[in-house]
Amino acid sequence: MATVIIPTPLRKFTDNESRLSTPAANVAEALQDLAIRFPNLKKHLLDDQGQIRGFLNIFVGDADIRDLALEQTPISADAVLSIVPAIAGGRQ
Amino acid sequence: MANIQDIFFSKAELARYDRHIIIPDFGLEAQKKLKAAKVLVVGSGGLGSPLLLYLAAAGVGTIGIVDFDVVDDSNLQRQVLYGKRDVGRAKARAARSRLRALNPYIKIKLHETRLTSENALAIIQPYDVVADGTDNFPTRYLVNDACVLLGKTNVYASIFQFEGQVSVFNYRNEAGEWGPNYRDLYPTPPPPGLVPSCAEGGVLGVLPGIVGSLQANEVIKVLTGLGTSLSGRLFLFDALHFETRTFALKRRPENPLNGENPSITALVDYEQFCGLKNSDEKPVQEIDIETFLQWTQNEADFQLVDVREPQEYDAGNLGGLLIPLGEVVARAQEIARDKKVVVHCRSGARSAKAIRALAEAGIEVQHLYNLKGGYLAVQALEPIG
Repeated sequence: MATVIIPTPLRKFTDNESRLSTPAANVAEALQDLAIRFPNLKKHLLDDQGQIRGFLNIFVGDADIRDLALEQTPISADAVLSIVPAIAGGRQ
Repeated sequence: MANIQDIFFSKAELARYDRHIIIPDFGLEAQKKLKAAKVLVVGSGGLGSPLLLYLAAAGVGTIGIVDFDVVDDSNLQRQVLYGKRDVGRAKARAARSRLRALNPYIKIKLHETRLTSENALAIIQPYDVVADGTDNFPTRYLVNDACVLLGKTNVYASIFQFEGQVSVFNYRNEAGEWGPNYRDLYPTPPPPGLVPSCAEGGVLGVLPGIVGSLQANEVIKVLTGLGTSLSGRLFLFDALHFETRTFALKRRPENPLNGENPSITALVDYEQFCGLKNSDEKPVQEIDIETFLQWTQNEADFQLVDVREPQEYDAGNLGGLLIPLGEVVARAQEIARDKKVVVHCRSGARSAKAIRALAEAGIEVQHLYNLKGGYLAVQALEPIG
């Protein structure tokens, strides 16, 4: 099972879980899996067209999926998938 | 940057910087580069505090500070530049007093203004490196774009709750190639309200101390040319689980600033870019604080809905039904339809967004009133305790 690391701002949608396991074989499946398990998380990951939101980056290991195969990037059982959102600090 | 051949140190300065100068890889030359350098620190808050303290202590010759804010009691948990007696003082001035006491051999220049699309290029132009310790998305994109347009390196750090990010943007390496910038990392900001801010979500006080110190370290490396900068990498620190991760970051051909087909050649309206200013936005029906108190005193039949985050609610509330902004549409059925409803947040901004979100979702909002000034306004009228 691959590991997904949930960033602090999104942990309130995953019952405060910071690390989740997923049987997914690629990034799209992993996001789908998360969206099913945590319905409130979905809109924070994907826009209305189902695209990964522009203020989120997804890394498999240390590599940006935009440099790999985007959502189709395969993830192995020992892979670590990091969701990294833009954070600004004090005010917005 | 001034020519380092023209840089000299007094005996007192040499004594002061001795522990730098005796590092074999640092030496007098790197110390001279620091003295010759001009660094602009944007924001003298949580990140700006350690940044300014360490850059001043290290002997960066000219430090500019951009801040228009005043020191507040709630800053002192993390903004270690300031003390209790500074509360109410302009941050930039209080910072200058502290830094002058720390190192009298450096110049400190104040820019007591909000950085805007109109003034950013002129303010940043004279500096060699910019360190971004701001607290909001519009200013992040403004600083980034101004640095790319001016060819300045932007040492970036950002924090939220227990997590921090550090990178070096728009760094020109020895081969003359420019590294990635903020728009390569995040092409678009989050829509307002989707990601809570520190004012809503909080931040561990020591976190900006750690992350801002890493940022100062990168500034010093960029100025002296020592080591390997974080350009092309994004560093992440999770203080809660003590995890660090470093990700590879590349320039993207679609970057509108300096990608293959640049479309941004001048600074834009960043409030609008971040969705904070929408001229098409419909005004929301409001209730002022006096009327709200009258309703409360007369025990008028209305429902009070609080759209802040649970932690904010726990810290103090008006007894309303808690439905955080992000859940408002999903939980719309909990909002009364047969009587007036007052919606409030901390200052009135999120509650206005909540009402707009409900309206956009096709929910009747004619009986909803946004509490003007929010919880802060009620607190100001009715001192607690």
